[in-house]
Amino acid sequence: MKMVNFATDFLCYALKGGSKFYTWLLFLGFFIMIWAYGNYTQISQGMIVTGLNDQVSWGLYMSNFVFLVGVAAAAVTIVFPAYVYNYKPLKDVVIIGEMLAISAVIMCILFVLSHMGRPDRLWHIMPVIGILNWPNSMLTWDVIVLNVYLGLNVVCGFYYMYKKYTGEPVNKVFYMTLVYVSIVWALSIHTVTGFLLNTMPTRPMWFHSMVPIKFIVTAFSAGPAFIILAFFIIRKNTKLEIKDEAINMLSTIITFCLSISLFLTLCEIVTELYPSTEHSFSLKYLLFGKHGLSGLVGFFWASLAMNIIAFILLINPRTRKNHAILPYTCAILFVGIWIEKGMAFVLPGMTPSPIGEFAEYTPSWIEIGNSLGAWAIGLAIFTILAKGAIGIQLGDVKYSEVKGEQYEK
Amino acid sequence: MEKDNKIEKKSRRAFLKDASVKGAGALAGAAALLTGSDDAEAKATWAEHFQKNYRLMTDEEKKESAERLEKRYSEEYGKKVTVGIEPAMPGVLFGYALNIQKCIGCRRCVHACVKENNQSRHDENGKATEIQWIRVIRMEKGNFAFDQNKMDQGYPHDKNFKHGVQVGGNAYTNLGTLLEGQHYYQPEKVPEKDAFYFPIQCHQCEKPPCVKVCPVRTTYRDPDGVVVIDYNWCIGCRMCMGACPYWARRFNWGKPNLPAEDMNPKTHYMGNRPRMKGVVEKCHFCLQRSRKGRYTACIEVCPVGARKFGNLLDPNSEVRKILDRKRVFRLKVEMNTYPKFFYFVD
Repeated sequence: MKMVNFATDFLCYALKGGSKFYTWLLFLGFFIMIWAYGNYTQISQGMIVTGLNDQVSWGLYMSNFVFLVGVAAAAVTIVFPAYVYNYKPLKDVVIIGEMLAISAVIMCILFVLSHMGRPDRLWHIMPVIGILNWPNSMLTWDVIVLNVYLGLNVVCGFYYMYKKYTGEPVNKVFYMTLVYVSIVWALSIHTVTGFLLNTMPTRPMWFHSMVPIKFIVTAFSAGPAFIILAFFIIRKNTKLEIKDEAINMLSTIITFCLSISLFLTLCEIVTELYPSTEHSFSLKYLLFGKHGLSGLVGFFWASLAMNIIAFILLINPRTRKNHAILPYTCAILFVGIWIEKGMAFVLPGMTPSPIGEFAEYTPSWIEIGNSLGAWAIGLAIFTILAKGAIGIQLGDVKYSEVKGEQYEK
Repeated sequence: MEKDNKIEKKSRRAFLKDASVKGAGALAGAAALLTGSDDAEAKATWAEHFQKNYRLMTDEEKKESAERLEKRYSEEYGKKVTVGIEPAMPGVLFGYALNIQKCIGCRRCVHACVKENNQSRHDENGKATEIQWIRVIRMEKGNFAFDQNKMDQGYPHDKNFKHGVQVGGNAYTNLGTLLEGQHYYQPEKVPEKDAFYFPIQCHQCEKPPCVKVCPVRTTYRDPDGVVVIDYNWCIGCRMCMGACPYWARRFNWGKPNLPAEDMNPKTHYMGNRPRMKGVVEKCHFCLQRSRKGRYTACIEVCPVGARKFGNLLDPNSEVRKILDRKRVFRLKVEMNTYPKFFYFVD
């Protein structure tokens, strides 16, 4: 009975808001409608409505998927200091990180569904009812780790909120075990996604042992950047108190991770371009263009510039701790890393093709619409989950027996 | 009268096609089951939603699903279609050898393959392009354009020459791609004077990277060494296309365009039966022929006898004799994929 009350109270609180809240959801709803139309078109006509082809068979969907796995993993940048170092300012908002992880994994699943040629056969890849080529196929590892990560965050997040709602004490052994498992698991999801790409010697640009570590450090830059932005919005619009220390802790984590990421970018460029073998063609195509094709060059340099600007603003404590500047830094960084994951990593890896053909890919409007829509769905889910979580954290949503008795009378 | 019939048939099919958008397709199938209608298409669509991976089916189930397909295709293409389920023959390991010295780049193999294997054809409205499993790469003879005027050029540039050149001026003029050729050539006449040709198709690797990365085991190596695909189990994730070092795999981006008059009615379940949209396909050594002891379509059509095919386990087979006596090489050996597709020169 308490469970039902929890669910209804949570949803009632999460779905009730001011005009700003509804405008935001309506805005997202517009893109969700585009998404519905785009996916209908794609399912009825086939992937031919995308810009993909036999030369470049992975595109915008896969890029967004890879990026969002990172965002999902980044919840650990809150959970880790909060529970391992017992850092109080972050402990109060740990639930927001978990809600972000849930929303990001859902977005990942939406992008995978759009990427699949036969989404109607999704059950083929489910354990037990389908066939999982495990442990051989990296994609099966990814399916497993992502779904378990989703489960861990749902259980952790909602168990904590439920206990807070009823006012009962949290079972420490149960809860902390899950928290520690989820910390390690967060690293595993982006590592496995790295392995998904870098275990293909056919694509020399991805065939690099540094891919998983770079994935993790870029994720731990882009993810907390998003969380900081969310914190600023939450601080402005709700009564939830988010301490400056919490934000500063996250921006310090970003600084460390971003510096490693930039260093790894340098290592990659030197390693590939110094000997300049055939295997460097993808990187050359990305950096300078090749064979008259240069669609990605601008994206690469823009992303590098964004990352460096963000780095300069973060490494300097005065600009990092200045909360008038920090949101802009985070926005620049988030976009910079999004470009880096997609246009500067997934796409150039497909060019040239294994037999040396240079082909350029431009996403179609359907693809762009579907991608925007999947983001909109994820953001809507995050908004609703975060709002409910804030209600619980503030104590606005609480279990009261009085209410139940009143109904009975 | 016949024409009218055709139109009616077509429109009904078109309706069903549209309806087969997932849920709607299932509904059509359910309706067919409930009403006892004998619409083969709806029945097959309905059954395929729940069918197992081919390898896990019992012989009985294999037969059933082949029969179901035969009915469906016969109705759809208006001719008697057979769907074979012949398993690999014992004691046979297929191998292929291609004489690059003889190949004249005529691409008759490409077109014979398309005809034999029911690939999607080009559509005037641009809704479908022809899928070709064999691509012939045109290689410039000599590959490099050496230029006397560049003898003194290079990197570092002229003014630093006293310390010696590090990169010669002629280093920049190769075509600069991995195989240093292209497969879109449109010659007036073949063979061209300044070119030689390098056909490429699925290499039927013994250690196929595509099979390893497939998350649902829809593609696997059969005992006769052919890497096959169960088109009904493929989820269209395209991992195999990312992993293949030989760019052998093709995706059905749209609904395949296979006009009834072009359809080859002699098919094999794992081979050339018509595919659906959203699945991967590739060369399978013409299973529908080779498992009955026949040559593949590309071999039969080659006007210069550049293509050889046979049983690698039989010391007297043509392909084994070539491996024993000719100068043979395999493509991209550094990938360690052990292709059973060999190139050779006399």
